[in-house]
Amino acid sequence: MTTVWEPVIGIEVHVELSTQSKMFCGCEVTFGGEANTKVCPTCLGLPGALPVANSVAMDWIVRIGLALQCQVSERSVFHRKNYFYADLPKNYQVSQFDLPVCRNGWLDVTVGDETRRIGIERAHMEEDTGKSLHQGNGGRIHTATSTLLDFNRSGVPLVEIVSRPDLRSATEARAYAQDLRNLVAELGVSDARMEAGSIRFDANVSVRPVGTEALGTKVEIKNMNSFRSLERAIASEIDRQVALLEGGQKVRQETRHWDEGAGATHSMRSKEESSDYRYFAEPDLLPLVFAADQVEALRAGLPELPAERRSRLEGLGVAPHTARALAQAEPELRRTFEEAVALGAPPAAAANWVAGELTAATRRLETPAMVDGRSLFRLIEMTEDGRLSSSAAKEVLVEMLRSGDEAEAVATRLDLIQISDTSALEAAVSEVLDSQLEAVERYRSGEQKVLGFLVGLVMKSTGGKADPKLVNQILRQRLG
Amino acid sequence: MADLTIEAAGSALAKGELSATELLESVLTRASLTEADLHSFLTIDHEGAMAAATGSDERLRRGEPRGLLEGIPLAVKDNFCTRHLETTCGSQILAGYLPPYDATAVARLRDAGAVLVGKTNCDEFAMGSSTENSAFGPTRNPWNPERVPGGSSGGSAAAVAVGSVLGAFGSDTGGSIRQPAALCGVVGFKPTYGLISRYGLVAFASSLDQIGPFARTVADAVTLFEAVAGYDPLDATSYQGLVPNVRPTLGEGVSGLRVGIVRELGGEGYDAEVAAATSAMVDKLADEGAKVSEVSLPSFEVALSVYYLIAPAECSANLARFDGVRYGLRVPGETVEEMMARTRAEGFGPEVTRRILLGTYALSAGYYDAFYGKAQKVRSLLIAEMATVFEQADVLVSPTSPTTAFELGAKTQDPLAMYLSDVCTIPANLAGTPAISVPIGLDSGGLPIGFQVMAPALGEKVMFQTAAAVEALADFDARPAMAVSP
Ligand SMILES: [Zn+2]
Repeated sequence: MTTVWEPVIGIEVHVELSTQSKMFCGCEVTFGGEANTKVCPTCLGLPGALPVANSVAMDWIVRIGLALQCQVSERSVFHRKNYFYADLPKNYQVSQFDLPVCRNGWLDVTVGDETRRIGIERAHMEEDTGKSLHQGNGGRIHTATSTLLDFNRSGVPLVEIVSRPDLRSATEARAYAQDLRNLVAELGVSDARMEAGSIRFDANVSVRPVGTEALGTKVEIKNMNSFRSLERAIASEIDRQVALLEGGQKVRQETRHWDEGAGATHSMRSKEESSDYRYFAEPDLLPLVFAADQVEALRAGLPELPAERRSRLEGLGVAPHTARALAQAEPELRRTFEEAVALGAPPAAAANWVAGELTAATRRLETPAMVDGRSLFRLIEMTEDGRLSSSAAKEVLVEMLRSGDEAEAVATRLDLIQISDTSALEAAVSEVLDSQLEAVERYRSGEQKVLGFLVGLVMKSTGGKADPKLVNQILRQRLG
Repeated sequence: MADLTIEAAGSALAKGELSATELLESVLTRASLTEADLHSFLTIDHEGAMAAATGSDERLRRGEPRGLLEGIPLAVKDNFCTRHLETTCGSQILAGYLPPYDATAVARLRDAGAVLVGKTNCDEFAMGSSTENSAFGPTRNPWNPERVPGGSSGGSAAAVAVGSVLGAFGSDTGGSIRQPAALCGVVGFKPTYGLISRYGLVAFASSLDQIGPFARTVADAVTLFEAVAGYDPLDATSYQGLVPNVRPTLGEGVSGLRVGIVRELGGEGYDAEVAAATSAMVDKLADEGAKVSEVSLPSFEVALSVYYLIAPAECSANLARFDGVRYGLRVPGETVEEMMARTRAEGFGPEVTRRILLGTYALSAGYYDAFYGKAQKVRSLLIAEMATVFEQADVLVSPTSPTTAFELGAKTQDPLAMYLSDVCTIPANLAGTPAISVPIGLDSGGLPIGFQVMAPALGEKVMFQTAAAVEALADFDARPAMAVSP
C-alpha cells in the first residue's frame, strides 16, 4: 500500500514599509542610491545612539493587522534579538517576541473553486538589516574575497507576517502570497515589489501521511524572488521530502536555498543546531500601547478589502468566478474597471474585459502600461454597437496598451471597424446576389447551407469588415 | 580660583572680576600639578577648552545673554560621546574612536556656555567600583594616592575633588556616581531615571544607566542638573513632564520631614566609623526636627544579586556592537566571525568579558526564567516595596558605601568583594529613583565618608532639601592636601 503525502506549508512574509523615515531614526527610506548615504548614529549602531519608534510605522502595522482580521494587542513590547552578523550594526535586531502588535488573523485564499481560510499567527514590527555585498567568486559569503556593507536599508521598518501551517499545496501557497502582496499594496503601506526585495517570502515546508495529525520535520526555504519561484521551490521541496521518506530516509531540519537555475533547493550552511537569540525586552523603548479608539480610527480608515469587494461585484451582476478574480486584481486594473462602470459600461462586460483580456494582455506585455476606464468604456461601446467584432476588439485592446491610443483611432488605423451601415451592406449584398443567380436558385430550392457561401462572398467583397450578423440578416430578408 | 564653587565663579565671571580664560588657566594648572599622581583624565582638550573659554569671554564683552554655566570649566566621563573628541569608555576596543556627534548632555552643557576641559577616566564601559578596570590605568584618590577613588566614574570624582574642574558629569548604573563621590569627598547625584537624556551616553545597562553631576556643593549639583535635565526627543525613555523645580526649597531644612533609616543598609560589612558618622548625622537631622524612624526593605538584601543578572544581561547586548566591523579596534582574522571574536577577545578587559559572559548565560534558553526572568520579578517587587516605604517616609538615608576608600589592588582579585561596595547604591538604580551622596566627614585615616539620601521617583525636591540640610549640618570643608592653590 502506498502512502499518500500531505504537504503542510507555512509562509513568513517580510514587508518593508514605505514610510518616509526609518523605524527608529529620522533617516530617509529609499531604495538604491549611493551606499551609506542614508545613515545616522542610530541606524549605524554607533556607541551611545538610541532608537525612537516611528509612529507612522506603528499605525501601518495596525492597518495591516486589521486588514488581516487580527487582534491588535493593547500592549506590545519590542525585544532584542541577539545574533552576530556583519550587516546587523548593533549585533541585535530590534524585533518582537511574545508580545507582537497583531495576533490571530486570517486571509481567505481561493484556488480553483475552493476557498480556504488561512490562519495568520502574528504580525510584528522589526527593523531591517543592512546589505552585504560579497565581492568575487559568485557573491556568496563563504567564497567571497571581501564584503562591502551598505547600511542604507539598515533600520527600514519591516513587518513580519507569519501564517499558520494551514497551506496544503504549492499552488495554494502561491495564491496566499499573491493575495497578501496585493492586500499590502492596496493598503498603501509598502511598494510590495518582490523583485526589489520590498516584500520577501520564506516558506516552511513539511509533509505527513494524509489523515495523520503529527507534523513532519520542517524545512525552511529561502531566496525565492518571484511568485513563480515560490511555487516551484515549494513543489520541488515537497517532492524532495516525499522521495526521502519513501526511500526510508529522514528529513533533516534545516534551511535550504532555492536555486532558480537548477530548479531545486540545496542545503545552506547547516543552521546552528538551535539558534538561541536570547530575546529580552528592549530597554531603550517603552512598551507600545494601542488604545481602542486609536485602533477603531485606523479600522475606519481602511480601504475596501478583497472579500467585501467580491460580494459587491457579485451584487452588480458580475459572475462569481470573475468577481473573485477582479476582487484580487492589481489596484490599477480595478481602478480601470470602476471608472468604466461609472461612465456607464455594463458591469458584467467591463469585469470580463478587465479580469480577462486586460489582465492577460498586461501580463503578456510585461510593461506597466494600463488602459484607463474611459478608454475601456469606449472600447466596450464599440463592441456593443457592432462596430468591432469581439476578436477585433481584443486586437485593438493590445494595440491600445502598446501605443496608448484610443480604441477608435486604433481600430481605424488597423482597419478593423465593421461596416454596420445597412445601406452600404445592401449594395454589397445586391452585387453578390446579381452575380450568383445559380446559388440563389439552390438556396430557394431548400439548400440552406448556400447561405453561408453567400455570406462569405459578401464578407470577402467588403474586405472582412462587414458585421457578419447584419449580412446574414439582410441576405435572409432579400432571399425571402 | 580652582577652588571656587560654580556659584562663586559664575558670579565673579558675570561681574567681570574673572575671565573664563583665567579660570580655565587656573584649573589647567591645577590639573598639570596633580594629574601625574591622580590620572583623573583620559583626554584634556586644551585647544577646544581654550576656544570655548575665549568664546565665553567674548559673549560677556558683547553683552550677549549668558548661559547657566557660562565660562565654567567642566569635565565629562569618557563614556559620553563628544564630537570629534576621543571617546574610549576606558576600553582598548574604542581607543582612538572619534564620535561624529555630541551626547545630548554634552550639547546642552555647551549650549549653557560651559567650557569642556576633557574626558575623565573610568572603569571600562563603566563596569567597576574603583576605576582600576580602565584599560588606560587607574585613577587614584586625591585624599590618598594609595587608595582608589571609587568607580566607575572615579576620574570625574577625583577631578572635582582636587579642583581640576569645578564640576563634572558621570554615569550611575549601580552607584557609579554616588560611590566615587563618597570616596572622594564630593557631592554626587543620580537623578530619577529619564530626567537626563541618555542619548550619546555609551550604554552599559540601559534600564539602569543614568547621567548625573559631581560638584563640591549641593547647590552646584543643582545648577549642573538644571543645565542638562529635561525631555529629549532622541531618548524614548526620557521623561516628558516637567523637571522638578528644586531650588526654591533648598534651604528649608528638614523640620517635619519623615526620614527613614534603611535597616538592611548597615550592620555586618560596614566600617564602624562609617556607621558611626551615619548615625551621628541622623541624630543631627532629628535634632533639626526630622521625624526619624527605621524602615525595612527586605528586597534590598537581594538587590545586588538582581543587579548582577539584569546589568550583565543588558550589557551583553549593548556591547555586542563592538565587533571591529565599523569602528574601533579591529584584529584581523581569516573570516568575519574570526575577526569579530579576536577583536572582542583582545579589546575587552577581564571584568567586561566576565559580565558579557554572565549576561549571555542569564539570557540563554533554558536559563532565562531562572535568572533574568526571575531577576525582573524581584526588581518589580523591590519597586513596589520602595513605593510602600515612601508612603511612610519622605526620604530614606544610609551610608553611600559600606567603607571609605580602599587600597588599590585590594579587591581586584575578588569581584564579589568589589561588588559589595555598591550594595547601598544599587536599589535606587533598580527602582529608577533619585539618590545623592553628600560628604559628611573624614574617618580616622583622613578618608571621606558619604551620606546617601534617597527619594521616590521625581522626588528631587525633597531629596535636595534634605541633602542641603545634611551639607549644612556636616559643615564639611576639608580639602585634600593635593588641592593646594598654586
Ligand atoms: Zn538613521
